[in-house]
Amino acid sequence: MRSVLSPSALLPPRSGLTRGHQAWRDGAFRATLTACGVSVILLVAAVLVQLIAAAMPAIRQFGPSFLWTVRWDPVHSVFGALTYAYGTLASSLVALILAVPVSLGVAIYLAEIAPAGVSTVLSFVVELLASIPSVILGLWGIFVMAPWLRNAVEPALSRTLGWLPLFSGPPYGIGLLAGGMILAIMLVPIVSSVSREVLKTVPVTQREAAYAIGATRWEVIHRAVLPYGRTGIIGAVILGLGRTLGETMAVTMVIGNRPQISPSLFQPAYTIAAALANEFSEATTDIYVSALIELAMVLFVITLIVNAIARWLVWRLAPRGVVSA
Amino acid sequence: MTPTPRAALRRRLVDRAMTGLSFAAVLLALVPLASVLGYVVAQGITALNWAFFTQLPRPVGETGGGMANAIAGTLTLIGLASCIGLPVGILGGVYLGELGNGRLGGWIRFTADVLNGVPSIVVGIFVYTLLVVPMKRFSALAGGAALGIMMTPLVMRTTEELVRLVPATLREAALALGVPWRVTTLRVVLRTATVGVVTGVMLAVARISGETAPLLFTAFNNQYWQSRLDQPTASLTVQLYNYAIAPYDDWHRQAWAAALVLMTMVLVLNITARLVGRRQVSARRSS
Amino acid sequence: MEISNTLFSRALIDAAARAIPLEQVVADQIRAVQINAYYGRTHAVRGVSLGFAANRITAVIGPSGCGKSTLLRCLNRMHELVPGARVEGRVLLDGEDIYAPDVDPVAVRRRVGMVFQRANPFPTMSIYDNVAAGLRLNGVHDRRVLDDVVERSLRQAALWDEVKDVLGRSGASLSGGQQQRWCIARALAVQPEVLLMDEPASALDPASTLKIEELARTLRDNLTIVLVTHNMQQAARVSDSTAFMLSGELVEFRPTTELFTRPKDQRTEDYITGRFG
Repeated sequence: MRSVLSPSALLPPRSGLTRGHQAWRDGAFRATLTACGVSVILLVAAVLVQLIAAAMPAIRQFGPSFLWTVRWDPVHSVFGALTYAYGTLASSLVALILAVPVSLGVAIYLAEIAPAGVSTVLSFVVELLASIPSVILGLWGIFVMAPWLRNAVEPALSRTLGWLPLFSGPPYGIGLLAGGMILAIMLVPIVSSVSREVLKTVPVTQREAAYAIGATRWEVIHRAVLPYGRTGIIGAVILGLGRTLGETMAVTMVIGNRPQISPSLFQPAYTIAAALANEFSEATTDIYVSALIELAMVLFVITLIVNAIARWLVWRLAPRGVVSA
Repeated sequence: MTPTPRAALRRRLVDRAMTGLSFAAVLLALVPLASVLGYVVAQGITALNWAFFTQLPRPVGETGGGMANAIAGTLTLIGLASCIGLPVGILGGVYLGELGNGRLGGWIRFTADVLNGVPSIVVGIFVYTLLVVPMKRFSALAGGAALGIMMTPLVMRTTEELVRLVPATLREAALALGVPWRVTTLRVVLRTATVGVVTGVMLAVARISGETAPLLFTAFNNQYWQSRLDQPTASLTVQLYNYAIAPYDDWHRQAWAAALVLMTMVLVLNITARLVGRRQVSARRSS
Repeated sequence: MEISNTLFSRALIDAAARAIPLEQVVADQIRAVQINAYYGRTHAVRGVSLGFAANRITAVIGPSGCGKSTLLRCLNRMHELVPGARVEGRVLLDGEDIYAPDVDPVAVRRRVGMVFQRANPFPTMSIYDNVAAGLRLNGVHDRRVLDDVVERSLRQAALWDEVKDVLGRSGASLSGGQQQRWCIARALAVQPEVLLMDEPASALDPASTLKIEELARTLRDNLTIVLVTHNMQQAARVSDSTAFMLSGELVEFRPTTELFTRPKDQRTEDYITGRFG
């Protein structure tokens, strides 16, 4: 009943059940996969170790006061990170203030209000914003946004709110406000898309319960949907914060790159990432390089913590969303 | 007891106002996108010419020239990055999808996400200390390594998701035929997920091809053709940056041209990937 | 049926130990001995011993959750693929214990094929490629061999005439019943000795179900078939012997006609008369 060209003749001998070379190969394959997975852990550890090692001379010389020293003076080899840390935090704060309300509005519109088709198309378009390379955004910032700030926005602000130190001084265009605004543009697609996903996880029963007692759509969103999704939305914002803190090119191109701490948003500032981009290849002395690497290490640790918090918040809401397949 | 008409009216007005505000937020978010695209296209098209694709940059003071070497450099860097990011990312993603439900998988998933959030400039400095300092020079290799490090977690996480979408019944079908696990994983599971994985790779390539910061101290820049991988290499992004912050109008013009080329590349990759990805997912759902 | 000496002596010892009629032991192609299967802490199969006669169809029936599918999956070492799953006991395939430490489960599955509840063709492969998959993925690439095997398997599965002109196409347009016979052809292509069928017709309409049942009857000439089903009529129509399981235990195992007409155990009678399950 078996033909001449029996496949059994071609397969490994079928009478034997004992382990052959296949089992060994499966083991080797499993080991390869595991190694590739573990490589990211090793990589992150290597980044940390390498940065600490290279920053060691600066850490030894300046100690913890590196973090709160204002003076950054390569000529006399005195280095303090405070102005850079200030610029990083201030520009991110401006970005959050500008971007969070807009992102929330976008997320609410896309998740709750827009018809399915419209929502799909608009989500796609908003996410395209996230794909614009940072250096192109910077180019646009220099030649389009900064002149607009200088000629239109900042004079208007200074006329109406000029009594606030925040809006004092001459309009530069390039400065903290420009840095914050460009970061806000990068932040909106990130925060809004994660928030939209978060809002979509809110159970229908939550909404139905609110509609059933005669709530309007806004009341449903405000009272039932947003409170339910709050943790996840905060996670989304912190995730975005992680991005803005380390964002380099666009900010470097529009923030002015002057190491100072000024109350005015119109004044130039400097961020850690921008300092690294500008000074690293010009650093001449070993201690200068080491101080810059210490800056990088500080930035790395901050983003590490911020990202970990964000992941935890978003994951807690949807424990392994896709993962439990 | 019915609510007073005034209260009902107020509630309706608030509802309308908030709906209007959230729609306004969408419009507001689209303004920069439209403006950036508009300027890049308008300025870029006037600046773009054949020389841009075929000639080397001219020295300061001379007008004209192009970015042929930077385009080649960007492609080289993407190629090098893919040599690292694709195998490690895809195989690591298969690990997470097929074997990653334990504690180790959780840690890998978490660190991949962390690595994804590490500022790209920090990755650049890491590779500088790791490769540039010992080799005593900037090189395409270092630039490729930096981009490869950024690509790996992206590819890993999308591969994981797509591997998880492959129905368990297909694994069972193959294993029940007496197909070894290794072959089942590569030729049934990964094969079934291929379209999605390719989509993920396209998105990752789009992301790294726009990166500038990690190249500043790794690949550095170069005004000439460079065929050796252990030499500094030009890239579109670094060249764009240098030209944008320089005080010459002709360089600004070229920066816009570079922006148009880069933007086209990134958008084409993004849009294709998303369209293909969406079709793939909806086909899977309907079947 | 060729029976080796070791198999014969082992079977004799086994039969003596369990007082099983000798002629039945000799003909058993695959035999479960004291199988216990677990999912994490759940004890799904409890000490089941059961022999499946060569060139016969043995049905395993019982209410859902009784462990019949789990038992089936122990027979080709598929159960252990579920995370947290565990098997104790022995399964003798031609007298060889497939749970012996040096046994490769891949080799076991090549000899003990399986058909699942829902047809699960490989979506990226054509009709031809699916049937050839078992050989191809094991390194057979000779086109003549593959052509031969694909045609023979599809003929055995009574599908050849329906698909011979569209072999290169995707099978997405095939009906549910055709897809299931397609998957049976795929399992037959590697020429297994035993075919495990896990509720193969539960998702099909009556006409397609009938075809699968007829197919099983003809395949019996070349194969030993174990059929898990929740459908008692199906077991009665198709099988030569039937085992009834309840709460992970084997309640009764007898020739099909006897089990359905003169059940010995009260629980069996309750089940086949529809008093529970």
